[in-house]
Amino acid sequence: MQAATFLAYLAAAALFIFGIRRLKAPETARSGNTIAAVGMVVALVATLFVIQFQALLLIGVAILLGAVVGAVSAQRVQMTAMPQMVAAYNGVGGGAAALIALSEFYHLSEGEGLGAVSGITIPLTVLVGSVSFAGSVIAFMKLQEIAFSGSVTFPLQQVVNALLFLGILVLAANAFLDGAILPFLSPIASVVVVLAASLLLGVLLVIPIGGADMPIVISLLNAFTGLAAAASGFVLDNYILLIGGTIVGASGTILTRLMSGALGRPLGKILFASIAASGGGKQEREERPVNDASAEAVGEYLSDEAQKIVIVPGYGLAVAQAQSVMRDLVETLESEGKTVLFGVHPVAGRMPGHMNVLLTEVGISYEKLYDLEDINPEFEDTDAVIIVGANDVVNPVAGDPEQSTPISGMPVLEVGKASQVIFVKRSLSPGFAGVDNPLFYDTDKTMMLFSDAKQGLQEIVSSVRSPA
Amino acid sequence: MQELLAQLAVFVIAAFLGFELISRVPNLLHTPLMSATNAIHGVILVGGMITLASDANFAIKAVGFLAVFFGALNVVGGFWVTNRMLGMFRPPVKRVKKRREG
Repeated sequence: MQAATFLAYLAAAALFIFGIRRLKAPETARSGNTIAAVGMVVALVATLFVIQFQALLLIGVAILLGAVVGAVSAQRVQMTAMPQMVAAYNGVGGGAAALIALSEFYHLSEGEGLGAVSGITIPLTVLVGSVSFAGSVIAFMKLQEIAFSGSVTFPLQQVVNALLFLGILVLAANAFLDGAILPFLSPIASVVVVLAASLLLGVLLVIPIGGADMPIVISLLNAFTGLAAAASGFVLDNYILLIGGTIVGASGTILTRLMSGALGRPLGKILFASIAASGGGKQEREERPVNDASAEAVGEYLSDEAQKIVIVPGYGLAVAQAQSVMRDLVETLESEGKTVLFGVHPVAGRMPGHMNVLLTEVGISYEKLYDLEDINPEFEDTDAVIIVGANDVVNPVAGDPEQSTPISGMPVLEVGKASQVIFVKRSLSPGFAGVDNPLFYDTDKTMMLFSDAKQGLQEIVSSVRSPA
Repeated sequence: MQELLAQLAVFVIAAFLGFELISRVPNLLHTPLMSATNAIHGVILVGGMITLASDANFAIKAVGFLAVFFGALNVVGGFWVTNRMLGMFRPPVKRVKKRREG
């Protein structure tokens, strides 16, 4: 590689790093994203010199098509659908890595032959890239509610996965050793079978994972695609692939760990959870009395009694498209001199930070948005907590060591410490995790407003504005 | 051999850099962060261009074409959607309260 292109790649890498650094605060984040994008342009232009402007027409057409599809989908996607969009972009990245490794294997086996490095990194890239592609497709379908909703399992799933993985290793070795293990499969055919088997493995790994754990899976697959890109950097002797891919692989791994920590769900438990444990039959729910409140009663309480109010938003808010009404409520309450804060659980919405995006979209200042650790001490002197479309993240059962539930160990918002708890919820149905919430039945403290999030909030707003 | 060692050195340093970079980002920005790093691994597009430019038969060209298409989709979609998300975080009047550090 010539010195000029090498230096250009170095500049691109520096721009990536600088760009990510600026993502640490909302004020600088957007410019950070732009800087990273400029780095990408530098890398692509430098690559034109590496390939000495060969096949420009084909490359141009392919890039143009990809760019158009990317731009249109990115511009049209609703903010609520962000997790599946990220999964989709990630999937195509992983697919690209697998395809590049496949064709590079063909080149090498037809030409100069495989060295030890490419003999190991190529099958690895095909494996990781394909798992990332297929896993992302399944994640997309689950989140978009096209197929595979909930946890799809079958007997001996772990055994099948392990055997499949073993088979992939044997095929990869066969490709490397020029067909010495399985003489009927040529090296290139072996790699094609590795690709197909890895796609199947990606599907099998992700179908058993339920919706609540999906954000972690997306983050993990993001890291996988980074690693696949890094591995193809080794294959192609290309430093920008190596650096860019490795940074994403490493940062994605850390992000995945942070998230599973926030959920109180160790990664191993998500990926290899014993499936029998979750199939313990439907939980029986007792018929217990609740304090069924009207929107007028809630509005009256907020107007007359409450000074400091914390709102806990959940995905139900986004489903009902009620974010704007939520902002109206905040503005109405503030105009009456109340203090209003938001307690945002790390997994509110469908990805960590997703709820923050949804709330800022309607113009709620991010200064009002508090993390779990910051809001929990505030509940002691909070007069009212309004929980809209969330259940699992405020369920005190999660912290009860006596009970074993899917949410056990997850840190929750301690809303029970506030003087008054108000749920805006369509029914008593338990949340995503299917665990009943004892707060519902605390008739002294809890008001239940059974309503669609949007309608319920609208009624509260008008009730606060015109006290009866 | 020399080349491989140099690559390994770069790999190890980049890995540590990745760890360091991420631990400073607050929860608030985790979704845009994931989306931005997602766009960066679209640098695989570079590999697709190299593949497509190499001498090859039709099948390999087709594979390379698909790889470039996928890579470009990843890059453009990723940066675009991240930019849209971050555009919603409006500049505040005063500095945001210090949030959880990693």
